[in-house]
Amino acid sequence: MAKDSSKGVSSRKSRFIDRIVFVLLALGAIIMIFPLIYMVMTSFMTKNQILSGKLNIIPNPWVLGKYSEVMQKGSFVSGIINTLKVEVPVLLIGGFTSSLAAFAFAKMKFRARNGIFLVLLATIMIPFAVIMIPQYVLFTKLRWTDTLLPLIVPACFGNVSMIFFLRQNLTSIPNDLMDAAKMDGCGFFRTFIQIFLPLMKGAIGTQLTLWFMAIWNDYLAPTIFLRSESNWTLQVVIRSFNTYYAIQSDYALIMAASAIAMLPTLIIFFAFQRVIIESIAISGIK
Amino acid sequence: MNLNNKAKKTKYKMSPIAKKEERIAWLFIAAPIIGFLLFMAYPIVYAFIASLTKWTGTRSMLDTFCGFDNYVRLFSDAKFWKTLRTTTIYLIGIPIGMILGIVLAMGMNRKIPGVRVLRTMYYVPVISSLVAVSILWAWVYNYDYGLLNMIIKFLTGKHGPNWLGDETLIKVSMIIFMVWRGLGNSIILYLAGLQNIPRSYYEAALVDGANGWQKFRNITLPLLSPVTFYILITSLIGGFQVFVEVQVMTLNGGIGYSAATIVYYMYQKAFEGFQLGYASSIAVILAIIIFIITIVNFTFQDKWVKTMD
Repeated sequence: MAKDSSKGVSSRKSRFIDRIVFVLLALGAIIMIFPLIYMVMTSFMTKNQILSGKLNIIPNPWVLGKYSEVMQKGSFVSGIINTLKVEVPVLLIGGFTSSLAAFAFAKMKFRARNGIFLVLLATIMIPFAVIMIPQYVLFTKLRWTDTLLPLIVPACFGNVSMIFFLRQNLTSIPNDLMDAAKMDGCGFFRTFIQIFLPLMKGAIGTQLTLWFMAIWNDYLAPTIFLRSESNWTLQVVIRSFNTYYAIQSDYALIMAASAIAMLPTLIIFFAFQRVIIESIAISGIK
Repeated sequence: MNLNNKAKKTKYKMSPIAKKEERIAWLFIAAPIIGFLLFMAYPIVYAFIASLTKWTGTRSMLDTFCGFDNYVRLFSDAKFWKTLRTTTIYLIGIPIGMILGIVLAMGMNRKIPGVRVLRTMYYVPVISSLVAVSILWAWVYNYDYGLLNMIIKFLTGKHGPNWLGDETLIKVSMIIFMVWRGLGNSIILYLAGLQNIPRSYYEAALVDGANGWQKFRNITLPLLSPVTFYILITSLIGGFQVFVEVQVMTLNGGIGYSAATIVYYMYQKAFEGFQLGYASSIAVILAIIIFIITIVNFTFQDKWVKTMD
């Protein structure tokens, strides 16, 4: 009896703490996304309101025109198209080579398998900044600079973190499947395509989603390899908008452009957030 | 053990099927290996050779060979030391992000409604385009009309400071921005780590009469150490590569070059000054710094990183 009542008190106390924790967490979350809300709000404001020198959060009046103005800028549209021109071949070819390699690393036997895998894994730690100058020289010699090729070709050879995650995913699939396929005289490539690729579907989807967002948001490589405006990817374009229109104090336009540039990754994130967050969380626990 | 080894060896030597499997496996992993050799290994060697030249991209590279001159010059290059110092100062954001991350993750680990929505809200800045959010924060920090100073003015009646126009304040502003952007990531990782801790550990501690702090200090913190290690090492490697924020939020590295990082300096030397040899020597130093940090981290790992078993 006495035990029960003390339990009741403690659970009431903990429910009270839960409520405080919730309020604090919600407050923090609002602070976190407030700048992003402000970004969208600014994109609907008039220049007068933005430059009034007062705290303004709600547009008055609402101006919708900045979004169509952004979409009418040729460089913005070509930025989206160029980004997609990088995305499609990289995700198709690079996704395929990565899955194939992950299959070999997880399910096939060959000498130095773990050694090679560790060497590849270690390359994740090599910063792009260290190799960007030689890559620039290499691509200049190949006459690839100022084309999208430097952004496409290296990525088509595969993505080490995707290989790593798919390999992890494959270790949960029993080896019996592999042995059975061997018994039936099923070739390795056919085993990969017909048995393992369908089994990896979900994991591949998650990895390709993450990769899509990484390419979409990439800035350093495109800014080095692409010179002329017609070849710029979207991130390079919105950065140039920022430099150019800030002088004219056209912050509504800059914010509208940035908001559109963020939209695809946000939509994809909200659609797939459960698997994306899970896959991020796993990377920490290993 | 011995038998096992022997079995392995004979298997590789004897069976033609195993040999065939090996050949096919090599074919399957050929693409990432070739990619690694062409676009990683070769550039690293090339960067080291280029760092020994005064190459500017015009003449043949090896004609401009100058030994370790670049490194000697780098040693007395005030701008290099300044950017290295700034890069290091930015790392203050890492422990701040970790502490906030643990606290918030522990909050979310309680039985409260809407945890998934909250988690997502904290995570949105992480998946947002770095260029876009840098543009946004430059606008938030704007001296005359930015959100932050408008709030300060609204609350205190006085005009706020020039966030991006002061040598010290610009670094504080950058750190706040970086913590904001990375926080969601450490929350997700810590939350996964917390959910991985078996309840029985805490129940056992309750029997022993441990208080909240003792439970945190002796169970939570040690069992989160693998996550902390992961966050530490990835943030350190990332921290030495800060570039986009500086290029987007500041004009030419900020007042007195106060916001410029080592990668920003390298970028300017290479692609604006075309001192490719000199910039390569910065790249080599950067690679060495990151290599040492990684080695040190892994060496001292077993001193503080605990595993579940």
